[in-house]
Amino acid sequence: MTANPTEAFRAELRDWLEENCPAEMRDGLVTEESICWGGKDWVFTSDAQRVWLERCAAKGYTVPTWPVEYGGAGLSRDQEKVFHEEMALINARVPLQSFGIWMLGPALLHFGSHEQKLHYLPPVARGDVRWCQGYSEPGAGSDLANVQTHGADEGDHWLVNGQKIWTSYADKADWIFALVRTDREAPKHKGISFLLLSMEDTGVETRPIKMISGISPFCETFFTDVKVPKGQIVGEENKGWDVAKYLLTHEREMISGGAGGLAGGGRALGAVLSETMGNLMDATLRADAMKCEIDTLAIGLTLERYKDQSEAGQGAGDASAMLKYVGTELNKQRHELMMAAGGSDALEWDGPLGNRAGDWLRTKANSIEGGTSEVMLSIVSRRVLGLPG
Amino acid sequence: MAKLVKTDEETMLADMARGYLDNASPVSKLREMRDAGSTHDAAAWKEMADMGWAGVLVPESAGGSDMGFAAANVIAEEMGKTLSVSPFLSSAVIAATALRQVSDTRALGALAKIASGDATYALAVDEGIKFDPEATQMDARADGNGFRLSGKKQFVVDGALADRLLVLARTANGLTLFDIPADRAGISLEKSNMIDARDAARITFEDVEATGEDVLGAVDNAMEVLKPALQAGQAALAAEMTGLSAGAFGMTIDYLKERKQFGIEIGRFQALQHRAAHLWCEIEVTSSAILNAGRMMDEDLGNAALAVSLAKARATKTAILAVQEGVQMHGGVGMTDAFDMGFYMKRARVGAEWLGDYSYHAEKVAAARGF
Repeated sequence: MTANPTEAFRAELRDWLEENCPAEMRDGLVTEESICWGGKDWVFTSDAQRVWLERCAAKGYTVPTWPVEYGGAGLSRDQEKVFHEEMALINARVPLQSFGIWMLGPALLHFGSHEQKLHYLPPVARGDVRWCQGYSEPGAGSDLANVQTHGADEGDHWLVNGQKIWTSYADKADWIFALVRTDREAPKHKGISFLLLSMEDTGVETRPIKMISGISPFCETFFTDVKVPKGQIVGEENKGWDVAKYLLTHEREMISGGAGGLAGGGRALGAVLSETMGNLMDATLRADAMKCEIDTLAIGLTLERYKDQSEAGQGAGDASAMLKYVGTELNKQRHELMMAAGGSDALEWDGPLGNRAGDWLRTKANSIEGGTSEVMLSIVSRRVLGLPG
Repeated sequence: MAKLVKTDEETMLADMARGYLDNASPVSKLREMRDAGSTHDAAAWKEMADMGWAGVLVPESAGGSDMGFAAANVIAEEMGKTLSVSPFLSSAVIAATALRQVSDTRALGALAKIASGDATYALAVDEGIKFDPEATQMDARADGNGFRLSGKKQFVVDGALADRLLVLARTANGLTLFDIPADRAGISLEKSNMIDARDAARITFEDVEATGEDVLGAVDNAMEVLKPALQAGQAALAAEMTGLSAGAFGMTIDYLKERKQFGIEIGRFQALQHRAAHLWCEIEVTSSAILNAGRMMDEDLGNAALAVSLAKARATKTAILAVQEGVQMHGGVGMTDAFDMGFYMKRARVGAEWLGDYSYHAEKVAAARGF
């Protein structure tokens, strides 16, 4: 037995994983088909996927750092590192992924009341409820604070009307968190509220948008006279922009980490490319791939550094814009290299390389969604460097 | 588990170093020394030794402060910000790390002299235009109980002024590292006129006598001693170059806030804002690689090769970008000798080549990552 509590946790976790992670869940896959999103209507792709989720949820391992009372495992930063290392060691699939975990959770933990946390978070942790994000609108892209979806004050509820766009998986979600204008007279940042709406409410409609990758993860979502009870607000009325911004910093870190293949067990690019090209990898491609690999490692370390800083009480804050910018630009390069290495095999839908083309096309959104690269650079320029606006 | 955050001690060390260097070693000091024809500053090195910097990697039993590799990187980074000149890398980092791998009585004596600032070292490895220690051709032929060294070295940083030389040469069955005084018979120095105004030399060895006592580590097995020393030097140089990047960047941001064209500060132009923001991102990412290299070396020096090459490769690319952007955003004045940016550009170029260039270290990373 070791006296070090972190290492004791590692030993305990390793035993638990050995006993509880089904063999089929040890392929490390992170593809559109392998991800478990959860939700009321979720259809498990295998019994193993269901068992893996249930076992993890019972231990709080779907959201390892959340407090135990809200469905997490209450892990410290050191334990979290150990958790990801041990999961990567056996190539375990992430048991559950969702916008509830990545985005709503952190915002609720920071701004929500105790009752809201108890009500909304455990179902997210169990994978019972699937959330989507209602931020962008046709006229509010980079200028997000220009949202026009309106909530009229009707005493005990808001009457919501308007349209959202790029609502990922809205057609499969149970609930949506949305930015809604509740004061049309105030300056644009000061009249927005952060509301929670059930997708089953009367007046909510979704329409999938077919993307260049051939699939339709994004939707348009329409609200027509939707009644939203006053209790379903996070933070104060007309102060939703604070919640929105806080959530965005988490979204940006999530996109930069997930997109770069940096979050847990990201494979070395050299190994991936060699599989396709064998020893034929040409000198130019090799040099580009080396640069990409160097950046992948360094950006991965930067994500770790900011997590360590935030544990030490120095939050990432505006630096999340930097993480988002470098992580997504890197991911686009990475997938360009994968396509080049794949040659003509990569040009077929569901060809010899699976969905490589679809994955490549999907990455083009990385530097747009959650704030474009140009918006990120402007944030760094003004808020970090203090250049005049 | 080591964190990728500066410890309180490291922050204090950085602040203390900054305070000292801003006063004793600003860029204007380098300019002054360059104009006077020599950048050697013995008094400053003595002060740095008194603060424990020369002994940063020397055991306390030999009079050192023994603060470790991450601390050495912190000092190097601060030195880089204002282009401070000293034998820190050659003596306190590279030579001290090599000597420490041996730690017999003779080595401890040598370490004590490094820590007190009484002896300086230079590393003589390069024979061609690129760093490639494995390809060393210089001959150390057996002669009785000793050796005779013959050959040429170039880009021996701090080589014209150092008291002692660490010389890599080929022996019967491998490479051997020699630790000899710079004034030994048969050694002739030709001082190089470097773009960064710092000390470097081309050195010719003609039948230079070396005894078994002069061998550092084991005969035919130089790398056991030299590899850790090179890694320590590469990491500290990477840290210096990242400090240099931050220094050049700081000057550039100040200029963007102050220079006016078309009636407004040029920092209001989005084209320049985005260039500056991109550069800041690059420096931030490289800083993580530097911090990581220090942590890895302090944890397990034998297992830090990837971390060190990653740091040097990133630091090189970033420093080159920082000085290019620095000149571009300063416009015409950036090209003048009267502005300091040129000093940063020249040092960045020298740092880019020393102890392995970008390609050298990128290949090391690639090899470790399955290419």
